[in-house]
Amino acid sequence: MTLGQVLLVAVLAVPALGAVAVAATPRDRAARLVGTIAAALTLLAAVPLVFGGRGWVAWSADAPAVRPWHQLDLPWVPGLELRFHLGVDGISWPLVVLTALLTLLCCAYTMWRVPDGGSGRALVALLLVVEVGILGTFLALDLVLFFLFFEVVLLPMYAIIAGWGGADRRRAARKFALYTLFGSVLLLVGVYVVVAAAGTADLVTLTGGAGMSRGTQLAAFTLLALAFAVKSPLWPLHSWLPDAHTQAPTVGSVVLAGVLLKMGTYGLIRVAVGVAPEGARWAAPVLGVLAVAAILIGSLVCLAQSDVKRLIAYSSVGHMGFVLLGVATLTATGIQAALIGNVAHGVITGLLFFLAGAVKDRTGTGTLAELSGLRETAPRLAGLLAFAAIASLGLPGLAGFWGEAFAVIAAVQVGGPLWTTLGVLAAVGGALTAAYFLRLLRQVTHNRPSPAVGQVGPGLAGAELTAWVPLVLLALAIGLAPTLVLGVAEAPVDALIGVVSR
Amino acid sequence: MNVVQSVDSVALLPAYLAAGTAVLVLITDLLVARPRATIAVAALGALGTAVGSALVGAGAERRTFCVGADCSWIFGGRAALVAVVVALITVGVLGLSVPALRAGRSPVGEYAFLLACSMTGGVVLGAAGDLITLIVALETLTLPLYVLVGLRRGSLASAEAAVTFFVVSVVATTLTLLGAALLYAVTGGLHLDRLGALLAEQPELRDLPLTTAAVAVLLVGLAFKVAAVPFHAWAPATYDGAPLPVAAYLSTASKLGGLVALLAVVQRALPADQTGPVLALLAVLTMTVGNLVALRQRRTVRLLAWSSVAQAGYILAPLGALALAAGRTDEARSAAYAAAMAYAVFFVVLELAAFAGVTALRPAGADGGTLDDLRGAARRHPWRAAAFGLALVGLAGLPPGLAGLFAKVTVVRALLDGGAAWLALVVALNAVIGLAYYLRVTAALWAPTPLAAPNVGGAAAVPVVGVVGVVLAVVTVATVVLGVAPQLVLDLAGR
Repeated sequence: MTLGQVLLVAVLAVPALGAVAVAATPRDRAARLVGTIAAALTLLAAVPLVFGGRGWVAWSADAPAVRPWHQLDLPWVPGLELRFHLGVDGISWPLVVLTALLTLLCCAYTMWRVPDGGSGRALVALLLVVEVGILGTFLALDLVLFFLFFEVVLLPMYAIIAGWGGADRRRAARKFALYTLFGSVLLLVGVYVVVAAAGTADLVTLTGGAGMSRGTQLAAFTLLALAFAVKSPLWPLHSWLPDAHTQAPTVGSVVLAGVLLKMGTYGLIRVAVGVAPEGARWAAPVLGVLAVAAILIGSLVCLAQSDVKRLIAYSSVGHMGFVLLGVATLTATGIQAALIGNVAHGVITGLLFFLAGAVKDRTGTGTLAELSGLRETAPRLAGLLAFAAIASLGLPGLAGFWGEAFAVIAAVQVGGPLWTTLGVLAAVGGALTAAYFLRLLRQVTHNRPSPAVGQVGPGLAGAELTAWVPLVLLALAIGLAPTLVLGVAEAPVDALIGVVSR
Repeated sequence: MNVVQSVDSVALLPAYLAAGTAVLVLITDLLVARPRATIAVAALGALGTAVGSALVGAGAERRTFCVGADCSWIFGGRAALVAVVVALITVGVLGLSVPALRAGRSPVGEYAFLLACSMTGGVVLGAAGDLITLIVALETLTLPLYVLVGLRRGSLASAEAAVTFFVVSVVATTLTLLGAALLYAVTGGLHLDRLGALLAEQPELRDLPLTTAAVAVLLVGLAFKVAAVPFHAWAPATYDGAPLPVAAYLSTASKLGGLVALLAVVQRALPADQTGPVLALLAVLTMTVGNLVALRQRRTVRLLAWSSVAQAGYILAPLGALALAAGRTDEARSAAYAAAMAYAVFFVVLELAAFAGVTALRPAGADGGTLDDLRGAARRHPWRAAAFGLALVGLAGLPPGLAGLFAKVTVVRALLDGGAAWLALVVALNAVIGLAYYLRVTAALWAPTPLAAPNVGGAAAVPVVGVVGVVLAVVTVATVVLGVAPQLVLDLAGR
């Protein structure tokens, strides 16, 4: 086994074993520490995946469209075409690191504060299991294995929401589980439509269509796109999201918004578009219209929200709309925009949910009307909130800018009346995004302190700063140097576009 | 024709072992008259049957009782798989019965004897090569269960359940026999392979209304046994009234028996273009109705019963692919049969684990109770609740219950290979409905206990029961192993 293969296995095995170790550690605080260490080791294993293995990037006519830096391919269940085939490339690596980072921050945050509802030990163990599922989804290069990891996430996340969530947690958790399962059973059928037609589940071979007929590709793309649209979520299949995000505990919301949604958009790029390009071209206009509808509707709904967590949750619908618009253009610019938008949204929304959780923990309320004047009593918290909100609305120089701007540019570049209109409408949506975030800031930070805010102290706990500072720095870094993400993604995206537009 | 048949006793060894177990149990109960010895003999006999079947099945296929090329006893890979699974289920059910037997709710000797008899039927069933052997084996499997269901002393529900089961089952058997008789009248053959060959060679036979009627009646009779909608109504009432271990046996061994009989008839004897549409319809109805009604259940065993009705739908689903021409190629057909068999094996293991979980969480000899009785069980018995939860999640087909996930994947794959995408979608959407109630039970296990009800099935009411715990642990380990290495089942089911 090469070092790269060892790292690939470690990225999945460390959190999995960590979860077991956490469950087996009797003392609660020690168990949380074990979990945090496991999450840290996972991040340590994920980062060096970027090195080495890029020797054969050199273009050649018959090179496959997916060229993983490192890969590991073992047989598992030949009867179901399931191979344990992992690999990492420039499309998946940023998301892998983001997942490992957010999980580490969440585990560290639980060292300091465990939400009401259950033991911190169980929460950390579940977070690690969720991490295994998400990382596996990003690393899988076998369609069936991809589906398997896609499913792994569902029940632990359900348990996190149902066990540690807010007042209406059971209903929200059940809605999340059933909605998401609805998506993933469609994925199952879609996967085997592809496998039955192509005779293989290997993503490297399949990317580009693998000679499947047009009818099969249309059917496969419809099923796969529906499945990922539920997960992403794409309007009108988003209605599970606001409830789940609002009711979930802070760490749950961070993981949900930060990386869980990315499984949908990543799947759309890697699986749906990659495997059924003909279907993607056919469905692109529909996808584009829905994405812009998501941007506009998400923004308008946000303008009318009165709860801070719910507002951030709905803002995800809008932001993921930009990501999907980027994918729908099927151009290199668009997909690059989608990838950086994905990562930026993960960083910024993760931070926003951390901050919203902190505000809610201190004041005991999430209602905007009761949160005025935070700047007076907790200037640092209010400042961070302002930073995150401004990053999220897409100010140039911060991470949120690139994804939204380039999605619009890509749409306009495609040209034609439809795409130009979509680009313009998306830009209007971007302006609406600014409107609702500024409204949020005006309500939360300005005016005289409300009774709930008046009692809040100015200090921030060390654990809070530890969890937030990396995200703040990343939002700045990606904003100033987008090449951190785009540089690694350029070659694989070009290769993908090469087969898609063939 | 040679009148004296040569009998291959090695091929018959599993049947000898199973029947011998039953006889030995009876003798032990008469002579030794100690419950512990009786149960031990029964369990050892069943284990011996499993080992014997595995050994015979590991070799080449063996046939005996032959007339020309047609044999009444064909012990091949599938027969061995069925025999081993049935024997192991019997051991598990015996283990689950120990607390109830110890509590004196049922006579031990009779109980063990009847269970061993039923096992004999199951062992013979897989090897049956003609319709008579098949029906006799199926009845040997079912007949002792009428008594076992009603064996709980002083329980009216138990007696009612037995009568319901008896009446419905007798009607089903009559229908099956009528179907077999009509088929004989049409073709003059009783051996499954001969029937298949005759119907394939002479298409004019297939167009006779009598043949259609015979096929329909035969299938309906067997559908009763697997509790497929619309012939399912007996199952919930019977399961709920029966002692818990017997309900476990009914929903595992008995259901497997029904499926094996159905599979034998469909695969070898009847024309696929006639059975396919009927089976597709049965499958869709069964899973949909089972899942929808299960959503409304409040009693644990009734919920499991309805869910097992739904699961019968998933088992039948791959056979529904035969309805389409694309599903009737040789390759697609054998994939469909293997998928149905594999799903049945995965299901049987998970279902046994679920029933073992309920038994372990309930007081000795009690019935399944309501879902409220299980509330907060995880706080009192974390390990047992975890095992039960794993089984439920597996039945829902989600990780970490990988065995169940692979089972669903197998079915969907077989359907798509057979070109029946619509049926695959129906299966997939039903899995979503299924999750709703499996999740409700699982969530109840970890829910906070209501303060007002300390005495309902509380901690003190559940004694620490060794044997049930061991059975639960073993079956749970089996589900985990099958989840990691599902290829084992896929290989065996495809033989």
